[in-house]
Order: sequence, then C-alpha cells, then structure tokens
Amino acid sequence: MKRIEKVVLNPELKKRNRQLMWRQIRNDKLLYLMLFPVILWYLIFCYLPMGGLSLAFKTFRYDTGIWFSPWNGIGHFKEMFSDDLFWRALKNTLVFAGGKLLFLFPIPIILATILNELRSNKLRRIYQTILTFPHFITWVVLSGILISFFSSNGVVNGILSIFNMPAITPLSTVQYFRPFIWLSFLWKELGWDTIIYLAAFAGIDPGLYEAASIDGANRFQKMIHISWPGIRGTVCIMLILAAGSLMTSGASFDQVFNLYSQPVYEVADTIDTYVYRASFGMGMNLGYTTAISFLKSVINIILIVIANKIVTKMGEPGLY
Amino acid sequence: MKEKSMKKKKQGAFDIIIVVILTIMALITLFPLYYVLIVSVSDPESIANHVPYLWPHVFDFESYKVVFTEGKFVKSFMNSVFVTVVGTLVNMTLSVFGAYALSKKKLVGRRFFLTLIIFTMLFSGGMIPFYLIVNSLKLNNTLWSMILPCAINTFYLIIMKNYFMSIPESLEDAARIDGANNIQILLQVVLPISMPFIATFMLFYSVERWNEWWNALLFINESDYQPLQIYMREILVNFNNQLSPQAQAVVGQGQRANFQAIQMATIVVSTLPILCVYPFVQKHFVKGMLVGSVKE
Repeated sequence: MKRIEKVVLNPELKKRNRQLMWRQIRNDKLLYLMLFPVILWYLIFCYLPMGGLSLAFKTFRYDTGIWFSPWNGIGHFKEMFSDDLFWRALKNTLVFAGGKLLFLFPIPIILATILNELRSNKLRRIYQTILTFPHFITWVVLSGILISFFSSNGVVNGILSIFNMPAITPLSTVQYFRPFIWLSFLWKELGWDTIIYLAAFAGIDPGLYEAASIDGANRFQKMIHISWPGIRGTVCIMLILAAGSLMTSGASFDQVFNLYSQPVYEVADTIDTYVYRASFGMGMNLGYTTAISFLKSVINIILIVIANKIVTKMGEPGLY
Repeated sequence: MKEKSMKKKKQGAFDIIIVVILTIMALITLFPLYYVLIVSVSDPESIANHVPYLWPHVFDFESYKVVFTEGKFVKSFMNSVFVTVVGTLVNMTLSVFGAYALSKKKLVGRRFFLTLIIFTMLFSGGMIPFYLIVNSLKLNNTLWSMILPCAINTFYLIIMKNYFMSIPESLEDAARIDGANNIQILLQVVLPISMPFIATFMLFYSVERWNEWWNALLFINESDYQPLQIYMREILVNFNNQLSPQAQAVVGQGQRANFQAIQMATIVVSTLPILCVYPFVQKHFVKGMLVGSVKE
C-alpha cells in the first residue's frame, strides 16, 4: 500500500484509497466494537498510571490527588541521592537479579538437555509434570511452607540434629538469605523454565540426527553439534527477556516480599519492597516513592533496548 | 561386533545416570509438598516431638475439621471462588474479543493498537500511580479490585492473537458469504474449532485468579473481602513475626489440634483446586505456548 502511494501521486487514486479505507472501517465495525473494551482497559489500567508517573515530579497531597498535587521539580530525585535506604535497595535488587541471571539462567538449559536425552517419552512427561508443579503455587503458600520448614524447630533442623549438625535458620541469617532466595526460586521455577527449551529441542528436524548417526556421530557429538545449535535462537531470546526483566521479575518481588523480615532487610530489601514499605508503612510521600519506581522503570527500559541490540548484532531476530 | 555392544553398554550407563539425577530432583521437589500433607493429618503429639517422619504414627483429621469450621476461612474461600469464576469469565471475554479483532490483518489501525498494547509489557506506571488510580475508581474493598485491574494478561492476549492468525481465512469465508457477521463467525465458526486452545487459556487465567494476592493486599483491608491467599498470608507468613488476629482466632478454636497441623491443612485445602486442574493445564501448556510463539 505504502509503496504504491509513493509511486503514484495521483490525487484521484489517493481519494479512492481513502474511500476504500473508510469502507474497510465500516465493514469492520463489529471488530472495533470487540476491541473497544480492550483498548479502554489499557487506557485506564496501564496508560492512566503511566500518566500518574508525573507524581514523581510532585509532592503528593491526599486532598488534591495525583493530578492536582503541587509540582516539585526534580526535588525527589535529589532526595534519593542522599537516601541510604534507596541505595541499599538498588544494590540488593541488582545483586538478586544479577545473581539469578548468572547462576540460574543456564540450569534450565542443562535440565532440558538431560530430559531431552531420556529415551522414554512417558518418563519424560512424568518428570516434567512433577518438576513443573510448584510453579502453579503462589509464593504466599510456598513461603509459608519454607518458613515452617526452616524454622528453628522445623523439619530441616530436625534432620540436621539427627546428624549432630548445627541448626541453621537461613531466613533470618544475613549471609544465607540471598543463596536461600536463589535456591528456593530454582526449586519453584526450574521445571517451568525448562519447558520452552524442551519445546525448542522438539522443533529440531529429526533428519539432522539421522544424518549424523549415519556419519557415525555418538550421542554427545549429536548433543553438541545438533541439539545445542538448534536451540541457540531460543536461548538468545530468553536471555534478552531475562536481561530486560532484571529490574522487574528478576528481583522476584513476590518471593522476597513473603520471605523477608526485619533481621535481613540489609541484604533483602529490594526497590519494590522498599517502595511498598516506604509508601504504606513508613508514611513517606507518595511522590517520592513514585520517583523511585519511575527511576526503576527507566533503567529497565534501557536494559531492554541494550539487550535487544546485542542480540540483533549477534544475528538473531530481536524482540522488535 | 564387540565394539557395538560396548557402545550400547556405555549408553546404558548414561541413561541410568540421567534417571537417577532426575529422580533425585523429583524427590526434592515433591518431599516438601508430601510433608505438608503428612503433617496435616498427624496428631499433635508426633508433630510436637519434632521427629521427621515419612508416615504419620497416628492419623488425625481434627485439623481439617478446624479449618472447615473457621468462619474466616470459609468466607475467604468463597471470595476466592467468586473471584476465580467471575474473573476468568471477564478475562476470557476481553482476551478472546481483543485477540480476534487484532488477528485481522485488514483492520485499519491494527499496528497502532498492537504497539499500544505491547508497549505496556515494556513500561508501566509502577505501584503507586496504579494504586491511586484504582482507589480513585472506588474499587478498593470490593472483590472487583481483584478482577478488573487484572482483566487482561497482555502476554496471553498476544499468544491468542497469534493463534487466531494461524486459522486459515478460508474457513471463515464460507460463513461470510452466507452473510454472517464478525461476531457470529467468532462464536459459531472460530471458537468451536479452537476449544482445546481456549480451554487452556481459561485454565491459565483461572489459576492466576485463584492465586491472586497482590491486588488484594493493596486494595483490601476489610477481612470480609479477603481472598484465600491473604488469609493464608495471615496465618502462614505473618504468624512468623507476630500472632495476627486471624491466627489467634484459629489457635483459640483449635484447642486440641496443633497449630502447625492447621496451617498445613489450610495449605492442602487451598492447593487442592490447583492440583485438580493441573493435569489439564500441564497437558496443553506446551502446545499453547508453541502455537503462540509463531511469529507473524
């Protein structure tokens, strides 16, 4: 369409195009009717809050609300620089998310490779079913289980005491808290994160394996030269998604929020948990806490753009 | 000949190692959940002895009786059922309509709408503006605060759109020639052939609604409107720090049964619905994700 318009600048044709467009719109009026509530929802629940980010530059007052609170310029951002708790939260967020990316990203790929090597489809389905199940339980419930298990008189310490080992309480010990978060995250999400790679393995042309077998390749050679290159694109996409969500899901808010407590704030408090407590517990100005999460969103979108650029440079199709 | 049999043996060993590793992982995954079940049906005495055990010495279902007669539990359970049923209905209606409309390539403005939608996956207003906007819509302390603000999952919407695009246009053309309009085509032609796919997303959404706790935490502070997840948070997570009123109520009522058994019984009862739909979800999610990931 676009190309035709560029070549033929005939006003008559342009007019006809416009008429065609309006006819198409009239034809599709029911589709617009279906789309209307959806777009309305996005405007109210996504775009209005985005507009509400203007609060980051205002001093919030309950009597005037978001839109009519007095402007404050970049006052909140200046305030942030001297807020130790903010820096602590930023650091913790980066450590949680960075550690997750570094330690946990390769593990689902390894598990998928192992599952893929299983000869029996039935067994594979059984293992997959078991390993994926915790994904569907909330962190509220899982935290309850973990807290009870790792409490000073819980099961874990019961088992340890049988072997005369000292009791551990990772949930209230500063040096154990982070590894505990990573490990328990792995426990919940490993199976789920494996699915996408298993699907990618399943998409590899079986003819490649047959050809390799005829050439005398053994199992490991096939794994290294066919299976892994076959899922390269998927791995890249997952890597951008992981890097792009470093500041959001990477910081695993649900998990930390339900597991942390006063004694470990020092290593556990992330930006989101800090924003929550500062807004609803510590009674800080909502303009200030909005400014914090605004900064977070900006860092996040920069990360997405960078990650996407790297992947497209590597010759893989990016996100946009 | 000899070489061949040796190779086979080596592969056999490798297979065994794989099965051992996977079995250990499966046990690690299952043990905590199994233990929850065991504790929930144990008598207080064996729990109090703190000895880890794999089978209850004495079966005791007292804790379940306490859970089911606790008024707050029943109330929050019913709230969660309402949110799940109505919420899933709202989710599906909006998602199916939106996805179907956006799957039509000829739709004028389609690019614009898609960009508008996808952008929200990259950038959001964040917690506080969202909280203030939903509050200003007077949704706080109503069950609707757990339904309307999460009426659409953008990720699911995009997958569903891609799925509808994969349905051949020719299927709809016959109906169109007969004079059917877009809504009739969607309801009478497209949906009937998409039932397994639609059902998968219905299950996804319903699990999501059942597990909803964050919006409830933000918007609901009257216990009458609490969903199950918040009730669980009160008796499981907050209990760790201090006895919450909810937890105290349970402790008061459960004279005989141990509080831990009650906690675990609550977990079992609240997870049971998920366990029931899980086999169906599991059967379809890979397929659902695969169809959806086909790029246009």
